[in-house]
Amino acid sequence: MFDPARGWRLHPQVAVRPEPFGALLYHFGTRKLSFLKDRTILTIVQSLAEHVDARAACRAAGVQAGGERPYLSALEVLAASNMLVVQERG
Amino acid sequence: MTAVPRLVEQFERGLDAPICLTWELTYACNLACVHCLSSSGKRDPRELTTRQCMDVIDELERMQVFYVNIGGGEPTVRPDFWDLVDYATAHRVGVKFSTNGVRITPRIAARLAASDYVDVQISLDGATADVNDAVRGRGSFEMALLALDNLAAAGFKDAKISVVVTRHNVDQLDDFAALATHYGATLRITRLRPSGRGADVWDDLHPTAQQQVQLYNWLVERGERVLTGDSFFHLSPLGQPGALAGLNLCGAGRVVCLIDPVGDVYACPFAIHDRFLAGNVLTDGGFDKVWKEAPLFRELREPQSAGACGSCGHYDSCRGGCMAAKFFTGLPIDGPDPECVRGFGAPTLAGEREVPRPSGDHSRRVALTLSTRPPARLCNESPV
Repeated sequence: MFDPARGWRLHPQVAVRPEPFGALLYHFGTRKLSFLKDRTILTIVQSLAEHVDARAACRAAGVQAGGERPYLSALEVLAASNMLVVQERG
Repeated sequence: MTAVPRLVEQFERGLDAPICLTWELTYACNLACVHCLSSSGKRDPRELTTRQCMDVIDELERMQVFYVNIGGGEPTVRPDFWDLVDYATAHRVGVKFSTNGVRITPRIAARLAASDYVDVQISLDGATADVNDAVRGRGSFEMALLALDNLAAAGFKDAKISVVVTRHNVDQLDDFAALATHYGATLRITRLRPSGRGADVWDDLHPTAQQQVQLYNWLVERGERVLTGDSFFHLSPLGQPGALAGLNLCGAGRVVCLIDPVGDVYACPFAIHDRFLAGNVLTDGGFDKVWKEAPLFRELREPQSAGACGSCGHYDSCRGGCMAAKFFTGLPIDGPDPECVRGFGAPTLAGEREVPRPSGDHSRRVALTLSTRPPARLCNESPV
């Protein structure tokens, strides 16, 4: 389950290629391709690992609580396909 | 995330690098399949050297091309093939290669099983030897199955079994799926294109109109775990929009292209012809430059005319079908696909048309001829 109150990061086998519309994500392990459909979600995904949880990453990208739902859903989809993994805190 | 129309529009304008790049490493092949897209057989003496191939890989790494689909010819007959695979994966360029299985020995299978970055696709065009070998040549069925056996025994996970759907194997789709399950593999089916030597056999091998419906229904009902390379978007008007998975658009020069063994870059794997030649990686300043600046690719990224299809209510779902299929059957590019499911391609196909002359042929002198007899009935035994 995707918990936005946890820390997340990109799976180490995932490569991100920015494109004018957003980005392409490719998982070398599952060989699955995903699309990020705007630049904001790209910023969030790329900075996830630097934040304590997914909501904090949204805030840092300028997404306020009222507008976070589509972004959290997008992250949930990415987590479900193993593009994102939980960040274990040391 | 699923694709939305806006994304499709973005794709039509082209990306900074291809998503799906096919690289035919050699025109040399131990087989002589009657429908070979690249008319393979003999090695081209101008084939890229190992160093030149590595330079291309370096460029793909810089462009973040995530993976290449390597084919041929039979790519594994290049003596440097495994070195190139290792070089690519070491540079974060994943490799999926298509093979007839000739070099997939137990030792090679073990080596492949040890890498996360290599995917293997075994070509098979019949779920039985008679159907397969009529197209791919005697002994090719057994060779492919031996390769699949070796991969499975080595613990290679999720190989692909790649099938070109023809008039003679469309009834075997369930058998192919069973074969894939047996080997722990994934079935991939693609459309027969009238490209390369395929032009000579397309009339006899392409699925009939009734079979197209059968294929569509099979994909909708059982195709959830079947890969298609978005090959069948010309079938979309047979049902609800979105019933077929994938992006329904021609990616040629926009998200897809092909590099051939001598470094020529073509708009798509089904379009090895001067008409669709964008440039050369050696003489035109490298692949990145060809991809971004070739006049042909820029033209393909412009909005395309619906032409004769403009008045059809299904244009949005099939986008006029496959450019290469039209070109190689001598049909206008801005008209219906030869296999248009509304039947709009049929009259043009039946009328006077001039099929383009092939601009390259690497066939060995003695090519296999296609049996005109329909294959014998499927045996009732399990194909595995």
